[in-house]
Amino acid sequence: MTRVAVVDYGAGNLVSIEQALTAAGADVVMASGPAAFEGADALVVPGVGAAGPAMSRLRRRGLEEPIRAWIADDRPLLGICLGLQLLFEGSDEDGAETLGVLPGRTVRLREAPRLPHIGWNQVERRRAHSLFGGIDEAADFYFVHSFAAEPGPGADGLTLAETTHGAPFVSAVARGPLVGVQFHPERSGRDGLRLLANFVELARPAATPTTGAMRAPAVAG
Amino acid sequence: MLRVRVIPCLDVARGRVVKGTRFVDLTDEGDPPELAERYAAEGADEIVFLDIDAAPDGRGTLLEVVERTARRAFVPLTVGGGVRSVTEMRDVLRAGADKVSFNTAAVRDPDLVRRCARRFGSQAVVVAIDARRRAGPEDAGTGWEVVVKGGREPTGLDALAWARRAVASGAGELLVTSIDRDGTGAGFDTQLLRAIADRVSVPVIASGGAAGPDDFVAAVRDGGASAVLAASIFHRRRHSIAAVKAAMAAAGIPVRLTAAAAA
Repeated sequence: MTRVAVVDYGAGNLVSIEQALTAAGADVVMASGPAAFEGADALVVPGVGAAGPAMSRLRRRGLEEPIRAWIADDRPLLGICLGLQLLFEGSDEDGAETLGVLPGRTVRLREAPRLPHIGWNQVERRRAHSLFGGIDEAADFYFVHSFAAEPGPGADGLTLAETTHGAPFVSAVARGPLVGVQFHPERSGRDGLRLLANFVELARPAATPTTGAMRAPAVAG
Repeated sequence: MLRVRVIPCLDVARGRVVKGTRFVDLTDEGDPPELAERYAAEGADEIVFLDIDAAPDGRGTLLEVVERTARRAFVPLTVGGGVRSVTEMRDVLRAGADKVSFNTAAVRDPDLVRRCARRFGSQAVVVAIDARRRAGPEDAGTGWEVVVKGGREPTGLDALAWARRAVASGAGELLVTSIDRDGTGAGFDTQLLRAIADRVSVPVIASGGAAGPDDFVAAVRDGGASAVLAASIFHRRRHSIAAVKAAMAAAGIPVRLTAAAAA
């Protein structure tokens, strides 16, 4: 069974993520410190709200560097909503510097008729990826946000899907085992569960079980 | 394109879904998670729980209901009724809600909206406005007044001014209920909806007065609503969510059609 650690930095509703991942076939642990990364096959970084407070909570719990190390090791990670935005360099929402593992910034949605962008919207695929395997092209997913990541120079091929609310924005990205979605699969019904199951499958350890050797420090800062 | 949402509202008291004229003549309608799951399967785009339980021990029961629902229905949940502080909001979100709706508490303490929005983000803060037409000549000339406690208590606040203030304080959505229409089946007050939707930049959820699919169409086309909420017409199975969505789609309104809804 694929073990998924959900990064818990006090970001609101984690019950739905935990339940949806469990329904998608994962063995879920909540990680309020880096020790819980041990033995995990994949990380999920959830989150809603602003980038600045999220980054300071990640730092306070000693999670920032272990997450960077995880990504540097090319291990599977799914960022959801703010969790996707944090992967980029910074956010215009409050000027916060974020993880910076992907090139680009988080910007306010352009030409949006109303903000926040709340509700179900289309996710138009720009290239094939196993994350969307078995999901109808016309499927809608649930969004709730006012900002979105904008991949910058050097982000060629990063975009998996786009969504339109006013102007189009990037709603899914992937680079190797690092994936991120701006919508909430844990709140997107059956199609959302399918996407999470696809991520769990993508993160499934090879036939020989790994022992989950950790580079990251096992002690919270 | 963003879909217009159809949202069933479940009134919850003592851990059960109840129905009646919002606060009187309540009858038991069943287990909240079970109903929520059924609505989600039928195409509900979100679920709203309205806690109408005044009992002091009702809070724990509600949190348990939210948690059980979050385990079964993978659509967004909003909880309204009785949340008065950042800590109480945190508890509701931790139980599995995505948004909290503030009504009387926001009128009494407008800064609560700002504090909660700063802590959890505007997207998690809904301000519910119950509005009643001011007495006077026909039409909307004299505007609407905000009322609280299920319409029993006038506040003297102008509904349009309060709407703008709530958004300025950090509300990410407004849930606008016409107390004149609520429970009457006379259709939404589209003038009220339009007046508010034209004055704020956030989504407006229409509530109060739905009798049939045509009312949902009018709330969007005439009222400018981004979402439409109803309770009794779904509970009593007078109209299914799928039938409402089909009527909206036929009127050219973008809605999410699920496999269940299309069947």
